[in-house]
Amino acid sequence: MQFMLLFSRQGKLRLQKWYVPLSDKEKKKITRELVQTVLARKPKMCSFLEWRDLKIVYKRYASLYFCCAIEDQDNELITLEIIHRYVELLDKYFGSVCELDIIFNFEKAYFILDEFLLGGEVQETSKKNVLKAIEQADLLQEFQNQERASWAEVASRHHEHSAPTCSVSGAESCCITTALGEVPTEEGRGTLSITDSV
Amino acid sequence: MALKMVKGSIDRMFDKNLQDLVRGIRNHKEDEAKYISQCIDEIKQELKQDNIAVKANAVCKLTYLQMLGYDISWAAFNIIEVMSASKFTFKRIGYLAASQCFHEGTDVIMLTTNQIRKDLSSPSQYDTGVALTGLSCFVTSDLARDLANDIMTLMSHTKPYIRKKAVLIMYKVFLKYPESLRPAFPRLKEKLEDPDPGVQSAAVNVICELARRNPKNYLSLAPLFFKLMTCSTNNWVLIKIIKLFGALTPLEPRLGKKLIEPLTNLIHSTSAMSLLYECVNTVIAVLISLSSGMPNHSASIQLCVQKLRILIEDSDQNLKYLGLLAMSKILRTHPKSVQAHKDLILQCLDDKDESIRLRALDLLYGMVSKKNLMEIVKKLMTHVDKAEGTTYRDELLTKIIDICSQSNYQYITNFEWYISILVELTRLEGTRHGHLIAAQMLDVAIRVKAIRKFAVSQMSALLDSGHLVASSTQRNGICEVLYAAAWICGEFSEHLQEPHQTLEAMLRPKVTTLPGHIQAVYVQNVVKLYASILLQKEQAGETEAAQEVTQVMVERLPQFVQSADLEVQERASCILQLVKHVQKLQAKAVPVAEELSALFAGELNPVAPKAQKKVPVPEGLDLDTWINEPPSDSESEDEKSKTIFREEEQKHTQHRQPEVDEAELARRREARKQEQANNPFYIKSSPSPQKRYQDAPGVEHIPVVQIDLSVPLKVPGLPTSDQYVKLEEERRHQQRLEKDKKKKRKREREREKKGKHRRQRSLPTESEEDIAPAQQVDIVTEEMPENALPSDEDDKDPNDPYRALDVDLDRPLADSEKLPVQKHRNAETSKSPQKEDVPLVEKKSKKPKKKEKKHREREKEREKEEQRKPSRHKKQHRKEKAGRSKGKKAKQQPPTCAEAAGPVENGAAEEEPLPPMSSYCLLAENAYIKMTYDIQASLQKESQVTVSIILENQSSSFLKNMELNVLDSLNTKMARPEGSSVHDGVPVPFQLPPGVSNEAQFVFTIQSIVMAQKLKGTLSFIAKDAEGATHEKLDFRLHFSCSAYLVTTPCYSDAFAKLLESGDLSMSSIKVDGISMSFQNLLAKICFHHHFSVVERVDSCASMYSRSIQGHHVCLLVKKGEKSVSVDGKCSDSTLLGNLLEEMQVTLAQC
Repeated sequence: MQFMLLFSRQGKLRLQKWYVPLSDKEKKKITRELVQTVLARKPKMCSFLEWRDLKIVYKRYASLYFCCAIEDQDNELITLEIIHRYVELLDKYFGSVCELDIIFNFEKAYFILDEFLLGGEVQETSKKNVLKAIEQADLLQEFQNQERASWAEVASRHHEHSAPTCSVSGAESCCITTALGEVPTEEGRGTLSITDSV
Repeated sequence: MALKMVKGSIDRMFDKNLQDLVRGIRNHKEDEAKYISQCIDEIKQELKQDNIAVKANAVCKLTYLQMLGYDISWAAFNIIEVMSASKFTFKRIGYLAASQCFHEGTDVIMLTTNQIRKDLSSPSQYDTGVALTGLSCFVTSDLARDLANDIMTLMSHTKPYIRKKAVLIMYKVFLKYPESLRPAFPRLKEKLEDPDPGVQSAAVNVICELARRNPKNYLSLAPLFFKLMTCSTNNWVLIKIIKLFGALTPLEPRLGKKLIEPLTNLIHSTSAMSLLYECVNTVIAVLISLSSGMPNHSASIQLCVQKLRILIEDSDQNLKYLGLLAMSKILRTHPKSVQAHKDLILQCLDDKDESIRLRALDLLYGMVSKKNLMEIVKKLMTHVDKAEGTTYRDELLTKIIDICSQSNYQYITNFEWYISILVELTRLEGTRHGHLIAAQMLDVAIRVKAIRKFAVSQMSALLDSGHLVASSTQRNGICEVLYAAAWICGEFSEHLQEPHQTLEAMLRPKVTTLPGHIQAVYVQNVVKLYASILLQKEQAGETEAAQEVTQVMVERLPQFVQSADLEVQERASCILQLVKHVQKLQAKAVPVAEELSALFAGELNPVAPKAQKKVPVPEGLDLDTWINEPPSDSESEDEKSKTIFREEEQKHTQHRQPEVDEAELARRREARKQEQANNPFYIKSSPSPQKRYQDAPGVEHIPVVQIDLSVPLKVPGLPTSDQYVKLEEERRHQQRLEKDKKKKRKREREREKKGKHRRQRSLPTESEEDIAPAQQVDIVTEEMPENALPSDEDDKDPNDPYRALDVDLDRPLADSEKLPVQKHRNAETSKSPQKEDVPLVEKKSKKPKKKEKKHREREKEREKEEQRKPSRHKKQHRKEKAGRSKGKKAKQQPPTCAEAAGPVENGAAEEEPLPPMSSYCLLAENAYIKMTYDIQASLQKESQVTVSIILENQSSSFLKNMELNVLDSLNTKMARPEGSSVHDGVPVPFQLPPGVSNEAQFVFTIQSIVMAQKLKGTLSFIAKDAEGATHEKLDFRLHFSCSAYLVTTPCYSDAFAKLLESGDLSMSSIKVDGISMSFQNLLAKICFHHHFSVVERVDSCASMYSRSIQGHHVCLLVKKGEKSVSVDGKCSDSTLLGNLLEEMQVTLAQC
C-alpha cells in the first residue's frame, strides 16, 4: 500500500498515512486531486479506480471516506478488507466510532493504524492482538500519567476549560454524529454495505 | 523539584490542549487562518519551555495542524526532543509527529540515529515498537545503513510483537540500503518458519514484495512456499503466497504445472472472494506461462472463466468490475474462451456504473473477429446514441476506432462499411475527437486504394452537407473532419462524380468561419480540384466551361485572402495570382491544364510514426565528436577559478575527442555520399524520374481491385452503416453456398475417382478463415527507412528503484557484505589479516564515508545535548568544538595539500583493492557455538569499554540459558547486574535456535589503559535437542589490546603541530622490514586496526593522530622506504606508546 487517506464528505482531510516518501507539496497535490475524484463519483459506482499508475480503493462509511492507493498487482478485495478491518478496530476502540472521535483523538487513530499496518503491509491480522497492544500501550501511558493526573485534578478545579473528555455542542454533533456502520462481512467477501447518515 | 512539577502542571492547564485547538478551529470557521497563526505563535512559546509535557502537547497540536496543510518543518528539532523523552507518553507523540512530517530532505534526521538506536534496544517493547513504526515512515539511506544491523538483531527478539515489526521494516531498509539484503536474507528466510503466525506472515509479506520485483532470485524458495501454501489456513498469508507464485511461474513453467491442482482446489473450496480472485489471477498467470503446448489445461481455463462469469453476474459492482478486469487478462491468451461470453460483456455496456462500462469496452477490443466486428460496432453505435455524458461518449468513439483499426485493420472485411461508420460518427456533436475520425479517414483513404472512389463520394457529401461547418461555431472538434474531407476530395479528385459541385461547396463563404488550419487545407485542395476540372474540360474541348470555372475561382478566392490566419492568407493570395495568370492564358486559348496538374503530381506514401527514430546512424558519423574545435582553455584563464567543475568536464570531453586527419575525413565524405545515394529520404540534386503524374513506375504494381458492385457507389444523402451489415450477411451466405457447391463437386469427383467412398469428416462450418473480404484490400504498409533497427527498445525504464535489489540470494554470503555494526571503526583486532576475511563495507567508496563522517559529527553534537554531567567532559567538548569550527574554516579555504589528503584519511585505496579487514575476531569455538568479539571504546566513558560478542549456533541443538563469566583482574572488571557477586556470570539475553547468530554486549571497567590485558572466561549453556538437554561449557581468553582503548579522533595539522611542539610527549620508534604493501593500504590498516586518523600525507610520509579514552594524545610519523616502514611515535605516556608500537609492529609484520 502506498498511502491511506481519510476525508469527510466535505473534502476535509481527517487522517493521512504515507508509506512512500514524498515531499509535502506532492502529498498535498495528490490529496487534493484524489479527494476531488473520489467525491465526484456516484454512490452506486464500484470502489476501485485507476489513477496515474496506481489503483485507488475507497469505501465510504457514514460521512467518512477511507481511501487507499495500491500498486498494480495488489489485490483490491483484500484492500477493502483492510479498510473494513481498520474501521472495525476504530469501532471497538472508541465504542461505536463517529467522525468526531477521529477528529478529537486523531493521534489515537494513528496509533491504532500503526499497530495494524506497518510500512504499508498488514502486520497483525488478529483484531484481538491489535487492540491488546494498544490497550497495553495506553496502560503504560496511564501509569506514567498518574502522577501528573493527580496534579491535574487539583488544577482543574481552578480552570473551567479543562474538561477531560471532549464535549460537543448540540449543533455540531447533529451534522456529523453517525455511528460508522459495522456490518458483518458477507461470507468473507469483503462486500460492505454503506450506512448513510441519519 | 516538586514545586517545579506543580508549576509545570498548572502551566499546562492554562495551555490549549489538542481538543481545545480542534474546538477552537471549528469555532473560528470565518477567520481560520488567523486563528491558526495565533495558535502557532502560542505553540512556539510552549516549545521554548523546559517542561517536556508542554513540549509534547505543542508537538501534538502541530501534528494536527500539519494534517490541515500547515508547514511544521521548522519544529523538526523540537519533535526530536519529544522523541527522546524518557516517558512513553511523550515519546509516542514525538515519533508520530516525526513519521508524519519527516522525509528524505529533513536534515535534522541525521541527529536521530542514536536516539532511535537507544529506543530499539530499550527494555520496554512498546518503546521499541514505537521506534520501529516511526522509522518505517521516515527511514533514509543513512538511517538504513546505520541501523540495519540493530534491526536485524531485533528480528530474533524474544517477543513476537517486536519480531514481526522488525521483519516488516526490513523491507524499507532493503529499499534504502540494498547492500543489506544479502546479509539479512538468511535470517529473513528463517522467519518464514517462525512459531508465531504474525511473524511468519510478516516474513511472507516481505519476501513476496521482494520477489515481485526480482522474481528470479527467489525461485529457490518455491518448495518452501509450496509447503506453506498447502498447510496455511490464514487467507491473508495465502493471498500473498499465491501472488508470489504468480510472479515466479513465468520463469519456471514446471512450477506452474504443479500449482494448477492446489489452486483449482482452492478456487473450488474457498468462500472468500479476495482469495478466489487472487487464485484466478494466478491461474491465469500460470496458464499464460504454459500457453505453448499445454492443451489439457482447458479445464482450468474453463473453471476460471466460469468463476469470473459468476463474479460479473453478481449484483456487487466491485465484483463485477474485478471480474471484467480478470477476464481481460484471459482474453490475451485464450480469446476463444472469453468470446463465448460476449452476451454478458455486451450486457455490461448497459451498466449504470461508468467504470464497469469502460472495462467492458476494453474487453470488447480483444473480442472482435472478422465475423463479429460489424455486430459489435453496431451495438456500440447504439450506445453512442444513448450515451449521456460526453466523456463516456468520447470514450466509446475512441474505442470504436481502436477496435476497428487494431492490428492494421485486420478484422475489417468491408471498408465501405467502415467509412460509413466514420461518417456516421461525424454526426456526434460536442465530441473532442474529431481529429481522430479525420485521421482514420485520411489513413484509410490513403492506404486502401480500392476504397478511394467510395471515400471521395462520401467526403464530397460531407463537404456538401454543411452541418459540420455550422457546428464549428460551437468550438468543438468535429469540424476537424472537414480537414480530412477536403484533403481527400482534392487529392483524389479524379474519382469525383460531380467535381464542380464540390468545388462550389468548398468555396462557400461559410467556410471562412472554420479554424485557420482547415481553411488552409481547403484553399490548397480547391486548386487541386480546379486543376483536375480544368484537365477534364480541356480534354473534352469545353473551353467555355473551363473559363467559367476559372471565373468562379477568381471571384471566390479573395475571401480567403482577407483571412486573419497567415497561412490561409499566404496560400490564397499565391493561388489567386496563379489563377489570374491561368485566366490570361485561357483568354489567349493556351492549354494550361496539363501544366497545372503537374503541380500536384506524384503519390503520397504513408510514413511510419517511428520511421525517423529508426534511421540508422550512417557509418562514419560520430555524433559525439566536435564539429569545430572547442574554445581553447587559454582564453578562459580568468574564469578558471570560478568554474572548477566545468573545467573538469571539459577535460573529459577533450580527452575523448579523436584526432581526425585528412584521409579519414575523405573516407567519411565518401561513405556519406554512398549513404545518401541509398537513402530514399535524401533529396538529391538531380530531378527524380518518379515525379511524373500517374504514370510513375511503382504505382501500377499495386493491384487496384474491383469494388463489389452489389453496393451502390454513391449512397444518396448520408450513408447508414446498417445496410452494410445486411449486405455483408448476404454476401457471406453467398460465399458459403459457393464453397459448399465446390466442395460437393470435389467430393463427387473424389467419389468417382476412388471406388470406395469415405464419409466426410466434418460438416462445413464457418470459421474465421472462411470469410473472404469484400474487397481484395491492399493495405499499403507504412514506410520505414532502410536498415531500420528491428527491435523496439523504447520502453525500458533505466531508473527502476527496485533494480538495486536484484541480487543473487543463493550465492553464499561473502563476509564483505556484513552489515556495518555500531562503532566498529573503534574496534581492534590482534589477528592476522590473512585469517580474517571481512573487509569493511565503507571502504568500498569514498562517498558514503564522507557522509558518515559528517553524520558522526552530528551525532556527537546530539550526544552533547544529552550530556548533563558537568565535570571533566566539558573540557573535552570545548576542544571538540574548537576542532569543528576549525574544520568549517578549513572547508571554506581553497583546497590545500593537507585537505586533499583529508578525504582519504582512513585510507580508502583507489589504485589497489584493500585487503579484507574485520573488526571482529575469533574468541573461541567448539562443536556447538562460535564466538567472535569486538571491543568498542567511547570518549565519553574514560574507564569503560563495551565488548560485543557474536554468538553463532553451529549445531542442530537449541541453545539456551547462556551465561558468560570472566575472572576479573584488579585492573579490568566485568560490569555485573546489581546485587550479584564477582563470581556470578552475566546471562545472555537471548536463546539461539539452530543456525542462528546474535550479538550480546558486555561492559567492562578498566582502571589503567597503558597495558594490554588478557582475561580468562567461560561461556556456559544448555544444549537441547531431540535426545535431551546437556550442560556445556566453552572457555576463552579475552584480549584487551592497548589499541582497543584508542578512539579515532580527527585532528587538524595546525593543532597537530602545536601538540608536537609542546614538548611534554615522550618519544619512541620502530622499524619493520620486508613490506610489500602499498603505502595507501598500509595507512588504511593502521587506521582500521589501531584507530588512527591521517592528519597529513606527503608522498611516502604521513602523520597520524589518535587519542585514548583517558585523554592520552598519540602522534605518529610513518615513513615508507624501499621495502621498509619506520614509525616514530610521540605520546603523553611512554608505557602506552611502547605497547602500542609493539602491537603495531605485529600488524605491520604481516603486510
